Amino acid sequence: MFRILKKNLEIGKATLSYPPARGRIPQESLGAPEIDSEKCTGCGQCVAVCPTDALSLRDRDVEDTRSFFLSYGSCIFCGLCGPSTCPYEAISFTGKFELAAKTKSELTLEFPFQLSKCRKDPAFLPAHELAHKELPAGGPCFKQGDFSHLLSLDEIGSQLKSKIKKLLKHSLHIREVDAGSCNGCEIEVANLSNPIYDMERFGIHMVASPRHADMLLVTGPVTRQMELALVKTYEATPSPKWVVACGSCAISGGIFKGSYAGGEGVAGTIPVDVYIPGCPPRPEAILQGIFLALDKAK
Amino acid sequence: MKSVFEGLREKFPDSIKKFLWESGEEVHLLVTKDSIVQIAAFLIRTLRMRFLFLFAANNTEEKEPFQIRYVFSFQNHARFLILEIRLGSSDMTFPSLTPFLPQANWQEREIEDLFGIRAEGHPAPKRLVLHEDWPKGVFPLRKEFALQAQVPRVKGEYPFDPVMGEGVFEIPVGPVHAGIIEPGHFRFSSAGESILKLEIRHFYTHKGIEKLGEGKAPSELLCLAERISGDNSLAHAASFVQAIEALSGTSVPERAKYLRVIFLELERLYNHVSDIAGIALDAGFGFGSSQLMRLKERFLVLNERLSGTRLARSVIVAGGVKRDLTEAQRAFLLKEIRSIKNDFDTTIQLLWQVSSLCDRIDLTGAIKPEIAEALGGVGPIARASGIDRDLRRDHPYAAYEHLLFLVPVFSEGDVESRMKVKIQEVFESFKLIDEALGMLPEGPVSVLLARLPHSRGALGYVESPRGECFHWLETDAQGKISRWKIQSPSFSNWPLIEYAVLENIVPDFPLINKSLNLSYAGNDR
Repeated sequence: MFRILKKNLEIGKATLSYPPARGRIPQESLGAPEIDSEKCTGCGQCVAVCPTDALSLRDRDVEDTRSFFLSYGSCIFCGLCGPSTCPYEAISFTGKFELAAKTKSELTLEFPFQLSKCRKDPAFLPAHELAHKELPAGGPCFKQGDFSHLLSLDEIGSQLKSKIKKLLKHSLHIREVDAGSCNGCEIEVANLSNPIYDMERFGIHMVASPRHADMLLVTGPVTRQMELALVKTYEATPSPKWVVACGSCAISGGIFKGSYAGGEGVAGTIPVDVYIPGCPPRPEAILQGIFLALDKAK
Repeated sequence: MKSVFEGLREKFPDSIKKFLWESGEEVHLLVTKDSIVQIAAFLIRTLRMRFLFLFAANNTEEKEPFQIRYVFSFQNHARFLILEIRLGSSDMTFPSLTPFLPQANWQEREIEDLFGIRAEGHPAPKRLVLHEDWPKGVFPLRKEFALQAQVPRVKGEYPFDPVMGEGVFEIPVGPVHAGIIEPGHFRFSSAGESILKLEIRHFYTHKGIEKLGEGKAPSELLCLAERISGDNSLAHAASFVQAIEALSGTSVPERAKYLRVIFLELERLYNHVSDIAGIALDAGFGFGSSQLMRLKERFLVLNERLSGTRLARSVIVAGGVKRDLTEAQRAFLLKEIRSIKNDFDTTIQLLWQVSSLCDRIDLTGAIKPEIAEALGGVGPIARASGIDRDLRRDHPYAAYEHLLFLVPVFSEGDVESRMKVKIQEVFESFKLIDEALGMLPEGPVSVLLARLPHSRGALGYVESPRGECFHWLETDAQGKISRWKIQSPSFSNWPLIEYAVLENIVPDFPLINKSLNLSYAGNDR
């Protein structure tokens, strides 16, 4: 007992403030890619190395336009498009991580270029040579999954959400559902309960059953073999409820997209309220996403 | 090494067909299908070789388009013997090794699910990877199957082995669990609190990663390899790039080898510390768990300061490592490692003072050495059951051959032994990092990758925090990846849990599961 007390006193307070204090995120942190539109020429070199669909191009000959898209919803923060790839040093990583958004389209940035001008660039790559890069999808497309008939979306429930927000005040119960993740997101979600991030100080509690939950925090691309379990968990959660898709594969399928066994993200199966980019998102980013769902951010 | 071929040929003149090739640490022989059980028995029982795993491939360029390879490890030197059998399209069966080598059980069922090649004589040929709603006769790893194929769902049922008798209950658990863990299903049969039988049903997170890798470039695959099992990102990445390097004949600069050791040991550290925290939590000692989780966070921050990402992703590349350590980073690492070591030491001393914890873990979830051996257990779990094996020492890679470290082995096989193995390994890892930093040679940290040869294959291997992690990569006639087999330690170890829980009480299951801490993602792929 005495030793425990001694250790406790030695360590003192481990918990960090939230929102994170300035400079707390290490300088070395990679974070999300940012594009300097002054330097970017739209050549397409980075699109060729991107292992997901986070970077993509659309060429329109008739209108002489080239659109260059960066989608944080597909980005796995791998850094391949960085300085070693971009001939104009237009892509940088500055540790940016607060990216959570309520719609997928907010996660996609578009940079317009004049196609004929791009063609003169020695580094130019035509979009058709990068054919596997699909254009980023639009908004949520739920209710297209195999088990959509099992969903009974309660319309009144969703209208009640804003009222409940006032009622819930400082208490939120979350059930975490792994719908096929690599377990990277689980590491960071579990870290939210450690003494450093201590999520319970905000009244947020991880519960053991969806029947006790206000919010589902879903990770993973929703694999074929987890889809039914996810739908059943959603149905078991009492309305009104929030769904937060955590991590790039939960948003778009990420790097697992396009397999016979993998899904295209959570919104393909159940309705999603907030998307948290990251691979995995750091604990502060997950907190930001949860707060955004409750409209508490900013 | 041709002597192995000649020796075996003398013993089995009609069965050893051809010496295929020899490269790096591997010797490849072609043998007849019907003789494989006999030869395997000879290798294991007489030559005392160790069977590691088997896997299939579909190479349509060959006259006999299906191959099955059996990987063995020599007893006294760091090399692998790989036996290959070939099958024509008209004969989709091979003799099962399972009756005399239970560790082949899951591997043979996986081959049947994904390739449609039946293991004849398998005692329990049930579905494993694909669930009951997957149609019969559709085999995703055959070349004729398109990666993005939309496979319809069909009605089907998975037959759990029933346990009958008065007062016997079935308890279904999962796939969605109470904690923040991955999905999997556990079916307990119990009488009172005591567990009579456990059957596990996994592969909920099967993502078809091996198929996703086919035809892709190594750089794209590396990102995928890092995401096979998040907490073992680096181990999988290292195993993958080592296979690529062996395949292309690229030799990695010395400095990169030492840097790889440092990052791989950092990964082991945060995993082991987290596992010990989990045991403390499940045994009801919250304070110990909180302290260890705090230490885990220090490791993740350390990872980020050194590599830019908390899980040390994007550290390793084929040909070396992505970035060097600056002098400031080196000093920070050394300072931090020494400080965390003291912190860890005092915390562990506290754990052993808590009698309720010690009582809970003693004798709980014991895996007998003969069970661990028969089922092919690997990693800390095997070492806690008296099996002295560690790839870092037995098949050294990176810079491990130049470094001194101990491989802790305990024999009781219970939760306590597994915890002790991990605690001692934590101290060894601290030492290894310290040592590697001191010996860090000067020079470049990466070289350009040589071109991949055509129609060849190679193994990469790493002793990940969970145990032996193998990657097999094979190229086709165009030099593109045609087969990627991932043998994760969890795939080897999951069957052990069915034995670990026997005669234990249901409430101890979470504790036993935590002490094994297997990855679902790595297993399911």
